[in-house]
Amino acid sequence: MDIKKIKENIVFWVIKSAAFLNLLALTIFLFFLVKNGISAISWKFLVLPPRDMMTKGGIMPCIVGTLVLSLGSIIVSLPLGVGAAIYLCEYAKQGKMLRIIRLGINNLAGVPSIVFGLFGLAFFATYLHFKVSILTGILTLGLLSLPVIIGTSEEAIRSVPDTYKEASIALGATKWQTIYKIILPSAIPGIMTGVILSISRVAGETAAIMYTAAVFYSPHLPTSIFQPVMALPYHIYVLATAGTNIDKTRPLQYGTALVLVGLIFLMNFIAIMIRSKKQAKN
Amino acid sequence: MEHKKKIQVKDLDFFYGENQVLYNINLDIPEKKVTALIGPSGCGKSTFLRCLNRMNDLIPGIKVRGKIILDGQDIYDTGVDVVKLRSKVGMVFQKPNPFPKSIFENVAYGFRIKGIKDKDFIDERVKTSLRMAGLWEEVHDRLSSSALGLSGGQQQRLCIARAVAVEPEVLLMDEPASALDPIATKKIEELIYELKKEFTIVIVTHNMQQAARVADYTAFFLMGKLIEFDKTENIFTSPRKKETEDYITGRFG
Repeated sequence: MDIKKIKENIVFWVIKSAAFLNLLALTIFLFFLVKNGISAISWKFLVLPPRDMMTKGGIMPCIVGTLVLSLGSIIVSLPLGVGAAIYLCEYAKQGKMLRIIRLGINNLAGVPSIVFGLFGLAFFATYLHFKVSILTGILTLGLLSLPVIIGTSEEAIRSVPDTYKEASIALGATKWQTIYKIILPSAIPGIMTGVILSISRVAGETAAIMYTAAVFYSPHLPTSIFQPVMALPYHIYVLATAGTNIDKTRPLQYGTALVLVGLIFLMNFIAIMIRSKKQAKN
Repeated sequence: MEHKKKIQVKDLDFFYGENQVLYNINLDIPEKKVTALIGPSGCGKSTFLRCLNRMNDLIPGIKVRGKIILDGQDIYDTGVDVVKLRSKVGMVFQKPNPFPKSIFENVAYGFRIKGIKDKDFIDERVKTSLRMAGLWEEVHDRLSSSALGLSGGQQQRLCIARAVAVEPEVLLMDEPASALDPIATKKIEELIYELKKEFTIVIVTHNMQQAARVADYTAFFLMGKLIEFDKTENIFTSPRKKETEDYITGRFG
């Protein structure tokens, strides 16, 4: 066998085992989570609030809190992010300014979430007097997910064929009409990918909400966005590190983690459904 | 020229950045006739076509000198409404480019962007335009299905329907049949013959037989210059310039 063929074989096996290892890691992780957590899951676990110093009862307020925070953050970051992407793709002139903005966005994506959390605490909670609340959390998480939304939206907008744009302009459409009626509808599947990515990131986010939105324990659901909420990731953290009886609540911790992963899967699934429905329409 | 002039091009120079692509073009385009622009690749004929509806404006760093007078108005004057100009001068592109929308919505797009809401009017115009483009019989029972499901030739006729729906006066065609098979090409050519009753047509083509078949007038471009412009029969039977003769007899290009 010649050397080229051997090389080819080695590379193939390396790549194949990398993919296999990934899959294996994910499977083991899920198996572990299900094995330890499934015993805690019941209908009551999902619909009741915690009780007895959080050693019993359910996690309903945390589920609601995580849903509100992640959907809320998308409401903040989607229009801002898509708007920024439209500006960068369609309006901004190539040059120094554009490079600086791009650099800023890319750096924003690399900022650790605890820093976003501290910023949220200092700016939204303290300076703007929003306190530790859903609103503060949503705004902080919105900022956190902005770079992802901008990046994927930009890519989606750029991948719309120029021929569509030309056809629209040649028919006497204005630039904005072309963006609104032709480019954005074609870019929606791509933009939805960004939404999916950022939902996954935001729903599991702990550091950014621990100073801004999440509360240790609350017997009631919040009644307005100016109140704090419980949230799944923070709840896991609390139970595992600061709970009243860490060992006793072990199944609850795994159960909560399982619910969080399940919730993220569910939200992703819904977003993917919306995306493929949009794609099918095209 | 014995026909009424629809467009008069005067001393037109065109630059991409520092690079001059059109040199001192002077040309009168007759009303409700077909004028073909021929010449080898890179001769500037497509650029010239795109000057006529200011599509080149989309490209950064271009410069235009000279005048293009449409119905007595220089379209490069400051204060010209480019959006209005483009609804008066429609365009069909080289590759069929229907929107990823339904057949109906593709043709109705021109009305949607004008903010026209009258449903009966739009229905009627869509129908008439599809008839004009010779597509009505093929698509009337599936107007709501996606335009991307049509064949290439059908897509191109849909683009023509879309362009004529808003009732432009001039129709620019940039090699409209170059991506199509011979049968679809024949249909487009027959269509052009019908359309010139209503529109002034300017068509860029690589295909000299096509120019000879469809055009009343033909302009020959070479290296950014207009070499010769005359009635099509004169260009093809007794060209005055040697370059034209060399090109049409296939000596280069």
